[in-house]
Amino acid sequence: MIQCDIVIAGAGVIGSAVARELSRFEGSIAVLEKNADVCEGTSKANSAIIHAGFDAEPGTWKAKMNVRGNEKMDKLAEELDIPFQRCGAFVVCLHEEELPKLKELYERGLANGVPGLKLLNREEALALEPNLSDAVCGALLAETSGIVCPFELTLGLAENAAMNGAQFYFETQITGLERREDGWLVKTSGEDFLTKAVVNAAGVHSDELHNLVCENKLHVASRKGEYCLLDKTAGQHVSHTIFQLPGKYGKGVLVSPTVHGNLLLGPTAADIEDREETKTTAEGLGEVLEKSALGVRNIPIRQVITSFTGLRAHEAGDDFVLGETAEGFFDAAGIESPGLSSASAIGEYLAALIAEKLQLARKENFQPIRRGVPRLHDMPAEQRKAYIEKNPAYGNIICRCEQVSEGEILDAIHGVLGAKTLDGVKRRTRAGMGRCQSGFCSPRVMELLARELSLDLREIRKNEKGSEIVLEKTRG
Amino acid sequence: MKHDIVIIGGGPAGLAAAAAAREAGARDILILEREKELGGILNQCIHNGFGLHTFHEELTGPEYAARFIAQIQELQIPYLLSTTVIDLSSPASGGVKVTAVSRENGLVEVEAKAAVLAMGCRERPRGALNIPGTRPAGVFSAGTAQRLVNLEGYLPGREVVILGSGDIGLIMARRMTLEGAKVKCVAEIQPYSGGLKRNIVQCLNDYGIPLKLSHTVVDIQGKERVEGVTIAEVDEHLKPIPGTEEQFSCDTLLLSVGLIPENELSKEIGVELSPVTSGPKVNESLETNVPGVFACGNVLHVHDLVDYVSEEAAQAGRNAALYAAGRNEDQGEEIPVETGGAVRYTVPCRICAQRVEGSQVVRFRVSKNMRNASVCVYADGREILRRKRPVMAPGEMEQVLLKQKDLLGVKQLLVCTEE
Repeated sequence: MIQCDIVIAGAGVIGSAVARELSRFEGSIAVLEKNADVCEGTSKANSAIIHAGFDAEPGTWKAKMNVRGNEKMDKLAEELDIPFQRCGAFVVCLHEEELPKLKELYERGLANGVPGLKLLNREEALALEPNLSDAVCGALLAETSGIVCPFELTLGLAENAAMNGAQFYFETQITGLERREDGWLVKTSGEDFLTKAVVNAAGVHSDELHNLVCENKLHVASRKGEYCLLDKTAGQHVSHTIFQLPGKYGKGVLVSPTVHGNLLLGPTAADIEDREETKTTAEGLGEVLEKSALGVRNIPIRQVITSFTGLRAHEAGDDFVLGETAEGFFDAAGIESPGLSSASAIGEYLAALIAEKLQLARKENFQPIRRGVPRLHDMPAEQRKAYIEKNPAYGNIICRCEQVSEGEILDAIHGVLGAKTLDGVKRRTRAGMGRCQSGFCSPRVMELLARELSLDLREIRKNEKGSEIVLEKTRG
Repeated sequence: MKHDIVIIGGGPAGLAAAAAAREAGARDILILEREKELGGILNQCIHNGFGLHTFHEELTGPEYAARFIAQIQELQIPYLLSTTVIDLSSPASGGVKVTAVSRENGLVEVEAKAAVLAMGCRERPRGALNIPGTRPAGVFSAGTAQRLVNLEGYLPGREVVILGSGDIGLIMARRMTLEGAKVKCVAEIQPYSGGLKRNIVQCLNDYGIPLKLSHTVVDIQGKERVEGVTIAEVDEHLKPIPGTEEQFSCDTLLLSVGLIPENELSKEIGVELSPVTSGPKVNESLETNVPGVFACGNVLHVHDLVDYVSEEAAQAGRNAALYAAGRNEDQGEEIPVETGGAVRYTVPCRICAQRVEGSQVVRFRVSKNMRNASVCVYADGREILRRKRPVMAPGEMEQVLLKQKDLLGVKQLLVCTEE
């Protein structure tokens, strides 16, 4: 049995943000994650947008947390050394008769306190974004909207929490929750934890955890969305995130640049039975390609390098569920879009509540600065030279498409919350994310993982248990 | 100091180009290779069948490479291994500047009067096809599986379905079978195979592995590891036909669905690419639109036989040597090679007749299976070549040899098929 002050259920972006904000305070934190790495659930596959905050109804948690989270992003990105660009967003209107809706959205944004909103006519919009489709008759520009890498945001938060003392327990599934005199007994697939407070950041499973202890039941539906990612050659096709105005013709899909220079299209929306089903479908991918063309013309769809499905934890009440919902039990449940945008604000809010409840003092020596794996490809030649001189492994390119070196992969493996799997290396370094989709580098990354972690090649996994890549030695 | 020629890639194309350049008089040649050894993809191709045209015997890939490597060593041509080129540019002083990184030398910049692009190609991944389904372990491109089996010594799966009948997929069907895996079928979306006839016979038929033409994978199942795939027949628009789905349980899906010349570096220096081949557009000297930059092998267009890669690369090497020596000045106008019938593209796509040395090889592929069709070449509307071909297929590269005397003074050149 492990004793601690706070158990956080889930190491997605929300659990990691809560852990980071709580690690500003004295008190021991255990983050329990059923998967093998951080960012394995809803956090890993989404639109990668830091929304401006005009979409949610005024007064809702979604509106408040989104706007606050967006405000915090510049400082957070700097502290955590993660890419973030305020590229701005367009909501494009495709039907004249829906222009009043665009105005409504603008006013809702003002009510939510969103700065930098402008209504544009077709010409003004085209001047800023020449590839808008012929159907675009007006647009709402949100200057504060941004793009982020969801992996790096989650990793940054989690690693910084770990640097400041939070303990992460992977492949640790919560199996039960029992009230004890001074808190909770958290039963898991591994060790049990005795804790004063529990934070529910369990994503698509957050209702299950909540319903174990609360009278007022939640119902989270898993809603899946399919995406297509295009090669970097297509990354300049738009310079803002382009949303379509939701209306009687449907919700539309977005077209957005990514912080790494690719182009992202999606998502579709469909409720699913199996909460973790992330299949892509021919219909879904077809819909993504078809609908993305409504707002943006000439998308080079031949440049698709991969497709994926993301999950969203949609709560029946249509808002985030935040706060102490049972004695010593704190919910961050039903966190769907704009969850990524709201994560740091949710962390800040819950950490303050918990610190007050448990009477935790602020740490004197909290270290807010985290450094990610260096990205040699993005460095000027002189700096790159200096890095390679210091550590020649930075000169040995392993992933040719993304130009990721052995040194960067070693940093990812040996860093705080180091990578243990191919996906772990991929998310920390981008090795395998390029146009060949790991065809060339995966055997070499597997070798590095095996060498550095003293494993046999047969033990190297893509991600979870059971995803081993090679099965046996050859006969020779 | 400027090298005469820098060669990017030490696979079959780079090696043959280097040797030929030296024999044509280039003194200062440097080969840059990203892998630990010279030889390129041949090192993992341990099956035989290489070199029938060049050496009149059947060699394995490593044996074929070894002959060229020996030649490079004999000619004392320097090379850098484990060195990845990260940028190509045109310095103001002319020629080509190459930026490369390696563990041993750090970040280095190399200048040369001429460059030969010989970076090879990569496999099309799953994402490029948008195959629906889950995203488990056990989906490999055929070349990746080949490396795991032949170089690392590990078997990636026991029950295998292969999508695509490219040559690597066919070779791997046999290889996996020999290693004790069960290859259940090879599905090919086109009504014809993308691979060589001899590979279909020797790798599938001889082992009783069914080839399902006009079929594709419409679903992949399994959460952590592949548990099965669904295959369906496709119509003439290559769309799956509902009701034709067939389920195969398997732990591995190999993809052999096409190769893409790797021209990211070429684009950095402004090389113009053909939308058909994804390789550079070159003239009769295999020179790109960027003066002094030549291309050969799979970076130029995807080949079936390494023998032709070596032959083509030697031509690029010779011409690079001439260029570096300043003996390749413009001698006349380049005329475009037009295509007709089922001819999809030609390499070269421009010809300057004055620069042709006696005769010119023109390589191309056709877009469909054809029986008893003719390959015809017209110069200014006049037939200069007609060759009856009993069988032509998209999976087999074709070539014709044009005589310089037929090309001189010509304004319009057409290569086509006639049925």
